[in-house]
Amino acid sequence: MVVPRGGQSSGQCPVDKEHPFAGAQAQRLPPAMHCLRLALGLGFCLLLGITLCSLWMYVENWLLVSYIPYYLPCPEIFNMKLQYEEEPSQPVAQSQYPQPKLLEQKPTELLTLTPWLAPIVSEGTFNAELLHHIYQPLNLTIGLTAFAVGNRYTRFVQHFLESAERFFMQGYRVHYYIFTHDPQAIPQVPLGPGRRLSVIPVPGPSQWEEASMRRMEAISVHIAKRAHREVDYLFCLDVDMAFRNPWGPETLGDLVAAIHPDYFTVPRHQFPYERRPVSTAFVADGEGDFYYGRAVFGGRVARVYEFTRGCHMGILADKANGIMAACQEESHLNRRFLSHKPSKVLSPEYLWDDRKPQPPSLKLIRFSTLNKDTARLRS
Amino acid sequence: MDPRDFWGNRTKSCLCLILLFAVLLGFYSNVFSLIPRRQTEKSQSSPEAHHVQGRRESLTLSEGDGHLDSCRIPEVPRLLYPKAQLLKPSRVDVLVMTPWFAPVVWDGTFDSALLDVQFRNTTIGLTVFAIKKYVVFLRLFLETAEKYFMVGHKVIYYVFTDRPADVPQIALQDGRQVVVLHVGNYRRWQDISMHRMEMISNFSRQRFLREVDYLVCLDVDMKFSDHVGVEILAPLFGTLHPGFYAADRQSFTYERRPLSRAYIPRDEGDFYYAGGFFGGSVPEVYRLTTACHQAMTADQAQGIEAVWHDESHLNRYLLSHKPSKVLSPEYLWDERMLQRPPLLRKLRYVAVPKNHTEIRN
Repeated sequence: MVVPRGGQSSGQCPVDKEHPFAGAQAQRLPPAMHCLRLALGLGFCLLLGITLCSLWMYVENWLLVSYIPYYLPCPEIFNMKLQYEEEPSQPVAQSQYPQPKLLEQKPTELLTLTPWLAPIVSEGTFNAELLHHIYQPLNLTIGLTAFAVGNRYTRFVQHFLESAERFFMQGYRVHYYIFTHDPQAIPQVPLGPGRRLSVIPVPGPSQWEEASMRRMEAISVHIAKRAHREVDYLFCLDVDMAFRNPWGPETLGDLVAAIHPDYFTVPRHQFPYERRPVSTAFVADGEGDFYYGRAVFGGRVARVYEFTRGCHMGILADKANGIMAACQEESHLNRRFLSHKPSKVLSPEYLWDDRKPQPPSLKLIRFSTLNKDTARLRS
Repeated sequence: MDPRDFWGNRTKSCLCLILLFAVLLGFYSNVFSLIPRRQTEKSQSSPEAHHVQGRRESLTLSEGDGHLDSCRIPEVPRLLYPKAQLLKPSRVDVLVMTPWFAPVVWDGTFDSALLDVQFRNTTIGLTVFAIKKYVVFLRLFLETAEKYFMVGHKVIYYVFTDRPADVPQIALQDGRQVVVLHVGNYRRWQDISMHRMEMISNFSRQRFLREVDYLVCLDVDMKFSDHVGVEILAPLFGTLHPGFYAADRQSFTYERRPLSRAYIPRDEGDFYYAGGFFGGSVPEVYRLTTACHQAMTADQAQGIEAVWHDESHLNRYLLSHKPSKVLSPEYLWDERMLQRPPLLRKLRYVAVPKNHTEIRN
C-alpha cells in the first residue's frame, strides 16, 4: 500500500521534514487553518490513492490477458435458438418401412450405444430411407470444411471434392469451404444443384504442425463471420481423404465425433492422449471413452463453434506455457470430447485408414485415407 | 512557554500522522476488497471424482442459457468409470437403438453415474392424476417414488386431484416437493383418462414451463420397484407397452377406424407405446398433449371414441413424431398379468393390484 507523500502540496499534513521549522510554522498558524490543511491533505491523499488504484487495475488486466486474442462473440448464434429442437418431433410423412424388431438382435459386432446413450453409427443400425424422410423436409444446408494449406495438400482437393459430389449428403444443400493459402491452386470441380464452393484464404504455414494448430481458430472465426448464417450443420474433415460410400443424414447430430481407426480395439491406457499434467489437454490414466480422430468431427454450427473455440483456447494456453501436445490438435480435441461428450459417435466406417485390412465388424467403409492414390499422384 | 507549545504541536502532528495512516489503511483495504477480482473458476469436486481436480473450462459462453435449451451439450467434470468396449455390444438379446437413432433404454446399456453428472442441474416434474377413488394409490406411489425416482435430483410432484384433502403427507427428501393441483372430475373413467391430456397441456403453458425442465407423465395405480433415473430423459420419450413388445404391428391395438384421428393403418407402426408413462422436455410434452387433446375433441365432434382412448392418440402422435428415446418394458410392467421373461433384468415401475369395477364405479 502506498501512502503518498507529496512534498509539493500546500495542504500536506506537516509531518516529515524540518521539525523545528514545521513546528515553528505550526505554532504561528491558527487552529482552524491547521484543520483545513489537514482536510486538504487527506483529500489529496485519497484522490492520489484512487488514481493509483485504478491505474494498477488497468495495468494488471492488460498484463494478464495480452496473449489471448479477443474474439468477437457471435450473439446471433446464441439467439438462433432451438428451431432445430423441432427435429425429433417434425411429423414424418407416411412411408413404408419394416417394423423394428425388438427381440431379434442382428449380430452387429459393434456397440451401438455409448454409456451416455449416444448412438454409434454403423451400417445396419439405421434405416436410411426413414432418416431421409425425417430430414429432407427440414431444408437443411450442410457445411463441409477442408484445409488445403501447403502445396502438399492442395493436390488432394480435386479428388476430395469429386468423391464428395458423389457420396456426401446426396439430396441436400451443401456448402464446401476450402481453406487454402493458394486460392489459384483450387481446381474447378463441377458441382451438383444446390451445392456451392467457397474458397477461404488463410496465411501459409511454416510447418505442418503449425498449420494443424491453427485449424480450430480458423474454423471458429469462420463460423463467427460467415458460416453461422449459411449452414445449419457443419462437418470438419481432412482433405487428404476421399468418400467411398454414401455419407448421409445418419451423421447429423448436435455434436458428432468419429472413432479413430487405429485405436478402436485398444484399451484406454494405450490411447495417445497427452499425459503431461501441465498441458490443458491432459487426460489421466483411468479416463477416456474412445480415441476420436481429428479428421472428422462436426455437428450443429453453434456447437461446432463452441467446440472449436474451446479447443483453440486450450491450444493457446498451452502455447503460452511453451508446451505442444503429443498429437497436437487431436489431443485437444480428445480432451474436449471427454468433458463435452458427443451426442453422436461415428464408427470407424466413417474414418478409415486404407492401409489397414477391413475387419468384419465394419461393413461399409465410407470415408478413408488416400494412401494408395497418393503414391500414384506423386509419380 | 515556547518549548511546551512546541512539544504540544509535535504531538499533534504525530497524532495527525497516525490518524491519516489509519484512515488510509481502512479506506484502501475496503476499496480493494470491494473491487471484483477476475478469478479463473475453480473446479468443483463432484462426489464421484477420485482424481486431483483438473482445470475446468472457464468459458462461460455456453452456460447461463435458460432451462429450455435441453439440447445443449452439458459439461462433465472428471469422473472415473469403466470404458465402453466398442467390440462388445452391451446387450445382444434385445434391440438397443431404433432405426431413427433413439436409444431403447434397457438395464446394462447406460452408466448411471455418468448420466447423473450430465443432468445434474435438471429439475424434473412428475404429473400424476388421482381423481375420485384413485387417491388411495397416492401413498404407495409417492413413497416408492421417494426411494427410486430421480434420486439426487430436484423433483416436483404435480398431483392433480379433485380431493386435495385426501392427498397424504409424505416425508420428502431435499430438493423435492409436492404441488397439489385442484381439478374437476368427470363421470366416466374414460373421460378422466382422456382429459389428462388437456390438463397437462394447460398447466404446461401456465406453470411447468417456468418450473421444470422435463415432464414425466405417469399413471397413479402403480409403484416404483427399482431405479428410474435420468437415463429416461430426452426431448420426447415413450414406453413400450408390456403386452406388445414382442408383437407384430398388425396385432397392435391401434385405433383401426379411419374416421378417428387416431387411425393407424395395419401396415404402419413402430411400437405400441403405453399411455401410462410418457414425457419429455416441457415444450415437447406441451405439443404432444395439445395435439392429442385437439384430436380427441375432433373425434368427440364426430361421435367417435378411440378404442384405447388417450393411449390410441398417444400412439398416433408418436408414429409421426418419433420419440428421441424409447423405454423398455422394464419401465412399465404388470407382474400378475404377464410372465416375466429373462430379458427383463429389472422391474422398475409395476402395477399395483386393484379391483377395476370397484375403483372405477
